[in-house]
Amino acid sequence: MVAELATRPQNIETLQNAGVMSLLRTLLLDVVPTIQQTAALALGRLANYNDDLAEAVVKCDILPQLVYSLAEQNRFYKKAAAFVLRAVGKHSPQLAQAIVDCGALDTLVICLEDFDPGVKEAAAWALRYIARHNAELSQAVVDAGAVPLLVLCIQEPEIALKRIAASALSDIAKHSPELAQTVVDAGAVAHLAQMILNPDAKLKHQILSALSQVSKHSVDLAEMVVEAEIFPVVLTCLKDKDEYVKKNASTLIREIAKHTPELSQLVVNAGGVAAVIDCIGSCKGNTRLPGIMMLGYVAAHSENLAMAVIISKGVPQLSVCLSEEPEDHIKAAAAWALGQIGRHTPEHARAVAVTNTLPVLLSLYMSTESSEDLQVKSKKAIKNILQKCTYLPALEPFLYDAPPNILKHVVGQFSKVLPHDSKARRLFVTSGGLKKVQEIKAEPGSLLQEYINSINSCYPEEIVSKFFPELQVCALFRKFMRTP
Amino acid sequence: MATLARLQARSSTVGNQYYFRNSVVDPFRKKENDAAVKIQSWFRGCQVRAYIRHLNRIVTIIQKWWRSFLGRKQYQLTVQIQRRWRGYRVRKYLFNYYYLKEYLKVVSETNDAIRKALEEFAEMKEREEKKANLEREEKKRDYQARKMHYLLSTKQIPGIYNSPFRKEPDPWELQLQKAKPLTHRRPKVKQKDSTSLTDWLACTSARSFPRSEILPPINRKQCQGPFRDITEVLEQRYRPLEPTLRVAEPIDELKLAREELRREEWLQNVNDNMFLPFSSYHKNEKYIPSMHLSSKYGPISYKEQFRSENPKKWICDKDFQTVLPSFELFSKYGKLYSKAGQIV
Repeated sequence: MVAELATRPQNIETLQNAGVMSLLRTLLLDVVPTIQQTAALALGRLANYNDDLAEAVVKCDILPQLVYSLAEQNRFYKKAAAFVLRAVGKHSPQLAQAIVDCGALDTLVICLEDFDPGVKEAAAWALRYIARHNAELSQAVVDAGAVPLLVLCIQEPEIALKRIAASALSDIAKHSPELAQTVVDAGAVAHLAQMILNPDAKLKHQILSALSQVSKHSVDLAEMVVEAEIFPVVLTCLKDKDEYVKKNASTLIREIAKHTPELSQLVVNAGGVAAVIDCIGSCKGNTRLPGIMMLGYVAAHSENLAMAVIISKGVPQLSVCLSEEPEDHIKAAAAWALGQIGRHTPEHARAVAVTNTLPVLLSLYMSTESSEDLQVKSKKAIKNILQKCTYLPALEPFLYDAPPNILKHVVGQFSKVLPHDSKARRLFVTSGGLKKVQEIKAEPGSLLQEYINSINSCYPEEIVSKFFPELQVCALFRKFMRTP
Repeated sequence: MATLARLQARSSTVGNQYYFRNSVVDPFRKKENDAAVKIQSWFRGCQVRAYIRHLNRIVTIIQKWWRSFLGRKQYQLTVQIQRRWRGYRVRKYLFNYYYLKEYLKVVSETNDAIRKALEEFAEMKEREEKKANLEREEKKRDYQARKMHYLLSTKQIPGIYNSPFRKEPDPWELQLQKAKPLTHRRPKVKQKDSTSLTDWLACTSARSFPRSEILPPINRKQCQGPFRDITEVLEQRYRPLEPTLRVAEPIDELKLAREELRREEWLQNVNDNMFLPFSSYHKNEKYIPSMHLSSKYGPISYKEQFRSENPKKWICDKDFQTVLPSFELFSKYGKLYSKAGQIV
């Protein structure tokens, strides 16, 4: 009865006031097994609701009793007891530590070897919540010998058990490279890779998260994950209906691609870039973020890979993300990725500039609403692209509304390109760029002044003076001084 | 004449003088000659050497110029060769432009292929989902129709969906016509869990001829061929099992045998209580203290007589807990048959 009441959260407050904990504790020691099971179930639900109640469970010394009887009772009791342990362990690391201290890990591992899949599921869930908090607890779980049993659980036919076992492995592997190595040594990667084809969405989501946690730590681990032949199957997950599956799949690809150029090359050769770009196009919000970062990492490694990203039509998609997304951190990631693509050679910078992203980046940098991270990243991106950009029509708007530190680079680029290209010179004059350049006030002797001088020297004196009669006066004065 | 005479007078001595003068000079002549030769040879040697040195210098200069000329030619050639080689190397191995173009083309083709494959996959998934949805809808409609079967129109009374004012009946009407009426759920017959050997034997008896629910149609074509006598066939098919002794026993027969033995022994028991050998096991009575030992509210326990408890002095509210289990040194005290095994 108490267990049924405890399913409703409103009742829990009243129950707590009625001092139900001590009652339940005595009921746990009852002779009739059904009463014990129901009492354990009620305890579990109470602890699940609120972490004060979970602390109360720990304080009333119920845990040792549970652990002791877990070893010998029937499977319903084991399920209920594992449920209680899970509910207590999920709230905070201290509570999980309390569970570990009373020796629950060994009994939970014994439960993992039980025949009934429900018991295994409950035990695996409890282990997962314990291992989730920090690395020491995960290490304790691994020391209790849970990992090989979890790998066996993954191979079971029940889908719920597979899900929980995969999520437990993912939570263990995420803390440190050694733990991830332990998971890989138990042979988990091959089984996880096989199960990607399973149609169940939640299972795929957990498997992909497990694989990405394993591969994020080091190059060797990432290579091992790749050797399990996940490409091109992972790309089909990018087309799944479920948002989380897409997000985790792109996270996995990002973790693999970020380590070395060879791995990125592998991803590109398998057609991963196109799939990720499509995935970015079809999602919104935070789901896009891993995909954007993946493109940035791939482009950062080498210029050939950046070129591959460009020809897969990545730049228009990224600029769409940059302008559409409301969140600042996603914009910052998109700005960073564009900077990585455009910084290699003039070809790359031209490809970025053609899509009219530079004004957007500039506006993001200048606006006071954007966060500091966004401003820093957009400034770096602009700088990197500008240093290589020779596409003058994109640079011209910068002359008008750029702050001085960026203006310096813009004018520098003009001064590099204009002496060589006569058509560009004509365009520059007709579009009013020359006039604008003259209007820039720069300290004599500074770099900016030098650039302006070199631009002016490309043009014959008359044109320069057509805009500025005072310059004509200067020229006459100079001539006058020269003649003796 | 006088000179002649003088000369004649001297002539004898002239010869001597002449001879002496020559002979005196002789030893020195060689020496002087040698000396002169030496000096001359040295001098000539110096001359020649100076000349050779001069020649050497000139030759060195000429060779220098010649070699530098040769070297410059060689250098041009070498530089040309190296220039071409370096260009070739860069173009072919370090940054092969055409290879890069090819690679990018291949990448874009792979991308297109992957995009197409993924789109097909997505379409397939959509189709499957739609199909599943349709099927679910069908099943639901079918179930609904079966539940509402009673709304079907009869000859006398037109049903709800078959209004006489309509030109043709509602599609639900047709659905109802097609649906089979739902029957009440009968309580499921409890199946026997254990299929022991006796069941098998029972089902092989000649009476348990398996009958199918639907009889075969009467005007079926006769099956071809000479058939064996039906009684023979049935006899053969339902020949009773003759199991060996080992197979005839149930799998948990050991447990069953033990239970049976225990039951038989229990029959022979006089008393159900277990025989407790030692007198101290019977001593269950509680000690009832005298009046002046008991307090107002009941007999106080043995400990309370001597100890007074002061809860305010307690440092923690928990009782002592057994950290280590007690060892069995004194558990057999007073309960052994003999005093031989007792530990001091």
